[in-house]
Amino acid sequence: MGLYLRPDTLPEALEALAREPLTVLAGGTDFYPARVGRALDDDVLDITAIEELRGIRELDDHWLIGATTTWTDIATADLPPLFRGLQQAAREIGGAQVQNAGTVAGNLCNASPAADGMPPLLCLDATVDLAARTGATQLPLSEFVQGNRQTGRRADQLVTGIRIAKPAHRGVSAFRKLGARRYLVISIVMVAGTLELDAEGRIVAARLAVGACSAVARRLPELEGRLVGRPCGSGLSALVEANDLAALTPIDDARGSGTYRRDAAATLVRRLLADLEAMA
Amino acid sequence: MNDMAARQDDGLIDIEVFLNGTRRQARVAPLKRLSAVLREDFGFLGVKVGCDAGDCGACTVLLDGCQVCACMTPAAQADGKMLVSVEGMMARGALTRVQEAFQRHGAAQCGICIPGMLAAATEIAGAVQQPSEQQILDAMGGVLCRCTGYRKILQAVLDVNGAAELPAPGIGGAVGANLARTDGLAKLTGAERFGADVIPADALWLRAVRSPHASARFSIGDLADVRRRHPGLTAILTATDVPGHNGFGIYPDLKDQPVFADGLVRYRGEAVLALVGDRATVEAIADGELPIAYEPLPPILDVDAAEAEGAMQLHADRPGNLLIEGVVNRGDAAGALAESAHVAEGHWQTAYVEHAYIEPEAGFARRVGDRMEVHATTQTPYMDRDEVALVLGLAPEAVRIVPSACGGGFGGKLDQSVQPILAVAAWHLNRPVACVYTRPESMMSSTKRHPARIRARMGCDAEGRLTALDFHAAFNTGAYASWGPTVAGRVPVHAMGPYRVAHVAARGRAIFTNGPPAGAFRGFGVPQAAIAHEALVDDLAAACGRDPLEFRLDNALRHGDTTATGQVLDASVGLIPCLEALRPQWQAAREAVAKHNARNTVLRRGVGLGCMWYGCGNTGMSNPSIMRLGLAADGRLTLYNGAVDIGQGSYTIMPQICADALGVPVADIRQVCGDTDLTADAGKTSASRQTYVSGRAAQLAGEDLRGQLLRLVNAGPDAALRIADGHVHIDSPGQTHAIDLSELAADADGNVLLGEGRFDPPVTPLDADGQGEPYGTYAFAAQMALVEVDVELGTTRVLKIVAAHDVGRAINPQLVEGQIEGGIAQGLGLALMEEYLPGVTENLHDYLIPTFGDVPEIEVILIEDPEPTGPFGAKGVGEPGLVPTAPAILAGIAEATGVRLHQVPATPARLRQAILEREGGR
Repeated sequence: MGLYLRPDTLPEALEALAREPLTVLAGGTDFYPARVGRALDDDVLDITAIEELRGIRELDDHWLIGATTTWTDIATADLPPLFRGLQQAAREIGGAQVQNAGTVAGNLCNASPAADGMPPLLCLDATVDLAARTGATQLPLSEFVQGNRQTGRRADQLVTGIRIAKPAHRGVSAFRKLGARRYLVISIVMVAGTLELDAEGRIVAARLAVGACSAVARRLPELEGRLVGRPCGSGLSALVEANDLAALTPIDDARGSGTYRRDAAATLVRRLLADLEAMA
Repeated sequence: MNDMAARQDDGLIDIEVFLNGTRRQARVAPLKRLSAVLREDFGFLGVKVGCDAGDCGACTVLLDGCQVCACMTPAAQADGKMLVSVEGMMARGALTRVQEAFQRHGAAQCGICIPGMLAAATEIAGAVQQPSEQQILDAMGGVLCRCTGYRKILQAVLDVNGAAELPAPGIGGAVGANLARTDGLAKLTGAERFGADVIPADALWLRAVRSPHASARFSIGDLADVRRRHPGLTAILTATDVPGHNGFGIYPDLKDQPVFADGLVRYRGEAVLALVGDRATVEAIADGELPIAYEPLPPILDVDAAEAEGAMQLHADRPGNLLIEGVVNRGDAAGALAESAHVAEGHWQTAYVEHAYIEPEAGFARRVGDRMEVHATTQTPYMDRDEVALVLGLAPEAVRIVPSACGGGFGGKLDQSVQPILAVAAWHLNRPVACVYTRPESMMSSTKRHPARIRARMGCDAEGRLTALDFHAAFNTGAYASWGPTVAGRVPVHAMGPYRVAHVAARGRAIFTNGPPAGAFRGFGVPQAAIAHEALVDDLAAACGRDPLEFRLDNALRHGDTTATGQVLDASVGLIPCLEALRPQWQAAREAVAKHNARNTVLRRGVGLGCMWYGCGNTGMSNPSIMRLGLAADGRLTLYNGAVDIGQGSYTIMPQICADALGVPVADIRQVCGDTDLTADAGKTSASRQTYVSGRAAQLAGEDLRGQLLRLVNAGPDAALRIADGHVHIDSPGQTHAIDLSELAADADGNVLLGEGRFDPPVTPLDADGQGEPYGTYAFAAQMALVEVDVELGTTRVLKIVAAHDVGRAINPQLVEGQIEGGIAQGLGLALMEEYLPGVTENLHDYLIPTFGDVPEIEVILIEDPEPTGPFGAKGVGEPGLVPTAPAILAGIAEATGVRLHQVPATPARLRQAILEREGGR
């Protein structure tokens, strides 16, 4: 049997991580499925007793989503329209039990190409807060998740939260997931988007991301660039070009072919833009 | 810091929980799954384990009022929390309103998902006063059910504040009543005991080590080292340890599947050896540390490869890898096709489909002197008995099978799983030995639905009368025979569908490959064949410019018709009333679809039909059932019911039938179920035979006991019976009698009178051309599916199913509806999402079955064209619900998109590609 630690405070957790490599455990929704029929002998740091890590806080210039904040916490929180996409994703992850236990930060740390949390958080320009005994640091989410099951977290670091800067303008966001059934389904493709709008409804900033079509969910910078300056309500879907998805590298697997994924992603992006226009 | 306890030497921690209303402590490994803690440390066996991966939701409990999967919750996180499992739901000894609603609506079938369903339902019912359908789906979408199709569970939760009660039928009123399941309370309170719940605490644990290769030679090195390293290991068993015949199989001449492979594995998941010892030890030993040297061989993965020139032969006695061929020849199909005004043709392909019962295989065996006793989840205790006896080299009577409750079967628990391997271990070790499959183990080792490749041509004349069918089906039967002969034999009989077709040439071949053994799965190949014949009928209707429903009505089998096997259908041929019952909705839906599609180019709708017929019972073979009804000196009636209830309701309907046959209230009948030492052989729960065959035996048993009682007092046949105070009171006009039961001699079971009924359906074997009377009766059905396809994404949503089924007589209409709805959900899965790929989809998140959100509104219409040989006119309904669903959905997709898919499942990727190809071809 491995070591099991469940500290109450962050310093104790960081102290433990500084001593030895530990598997960080929160909601358990990725940990246990990876160990079916196997002995549970990992050395584990369970961070769910650290109260300061849970919850969503609005600060002066940003929001902070604590590392053990669950998907249900996100879905039921009273948040501005900027978070609508993340909240839609929260309701599409697994079933209600997974949403009640699984955490947003865990979804990022697990670094699955099909992580539903990635596209909406990329579109919120999220930053990951990392703490270690030697000091705290931050990484943009786009640098934090580096590949399939690869993150920029050092073994002595703990993700303590996800930071989302308040945009200068009004923001709206949306999310769409494509799966082969309703509930309890791993995405074939998912897309998310955020638009920031000026007082006249003109797009000041646009961020769009596609998941499950590359090792790490990807933004669509060319399309984003074309959206900026456009008035919302002008039929943004028509701006999507086949080339916008060229950088995606979708694979063939049991859920669908790469060709299908790319095709579906284009459709979903168009629909997402219509969703955003309807919200704006 | 909370972790101090974990630093103690044993690594265990003390937790305290407020569990089901009581403060409880336990000393546990901190990472131990809460599901295991609740079961093993606290004894709450109502917490079910279906996957250990959060994929099925069977283990769902309430943690501080919120539903969580206990299998993904570390024990340590439950410390200090309030927990409710199914056992803690009742308040002051009474069912909650949620449980009552489940009982009223027949929400439980096998019941394995019910503890999880109740937890999710309790959460939403507590949070929202009148939850909407969408709120219920969102709350319960994380619990899978494979039996019910979810509809009765949904109706129950919508009706948690309702008050209606199910009837308590009087004398003569049981048949036809919606009697609540006799085992319903056990399933709703967590008291039901499934395979994993009956294991004694002192049992050794067995884990089979299985081949990771589909085809390989292997040798096992010296195991002494492994034994030395693991003192908790009691034994390692291999092929040489099998005392009798190292083989089992459904047919007496086909015992080809070894308990342990002997130097050659023929599929991924085949057992190579078994580790027996304490549970922690056998679970901790990694396969890689065992000295098994595999020499992989190129596997044969499909029927084309298996039949190719020079293909490796899987079994020495099966040249060309052909297991068997079934044939039906009547008339001159080739000649009639040549003369037909219209001919439709095509080829179709279906996938391996996994049963995905939520209860993995489980049980234990113990040696009792020179006898062997196996307690396990099963659909077929007497076949288990004979298989275990053969493997141990014992007489069948020396083996006792005690079935646990069965958490779903659908054909998958008709084959051996844990039984022989446990029996071998318990025989040698003389201690109870238990085994519970993990989900991946269950999926990789168990049987599947046969993948089919079908080529067929069908013709009709200028007036739209079907003329002929030429049909070839090649079934991938996998590595071992299992039920392959049944599929190959049954399909040709049903290949033309429920229609008048004078000229038929139909062949079904079962071919060995290195895939998992394909066995019995709800329909025995007929669902695959129905996909082909229904597409052909649609094409011919279109060629004639006819409405698909009217075309089917014109061609439907009817009373007095002769089938392609030469059987005359004298009675109970209710397809025409089924189609007529659909007609108003069919016409309305066609119009609504046309209007919808005129306005929508992306979300396109379609409505399709599927028809089927299905012979109840074994094909052209004797399949008797025996039921006994005992009357004890104290007046107690006991039905000895060997018709294993796997959720379909045979423990409810047999007493209903028996009560009306005897003439007493159904509540007077208690039961002894399934145990081969205590009940007679009622045959297997398969082939839609229990209601028809065992139901008839139950009726005869009731009538036999009634006759004995009436003869004792010379009463006339219309006399009324009443049992009270150790007497049977017999009243007929003008005279009353009382039989003092204490004056009669009792047998060993305490019965003073014993009624017995035996029924074997009237069948004859099929000859070389497939001519004969293969079944005693046939079920008929027509279903209509309304679908909506997103043509840009290739996704299909089924919006509604209307299902009209001729069931002869509905013994318990609510249970009949439940069977049909559950079959439809599986048919929907077959059509849209289910495809088992060995090594790829060996869990319930990569292998998809329909969830709460996928199954649409289902309207069931029951047609009762009585079957004279069935009990009170009844016939089977277990499989028919599934058969027409996929054809109806595929026809709906065809109307919506113009694409007729010839391969299932119609996954989004597959359908989108077909739509693009069609658009490109324009």
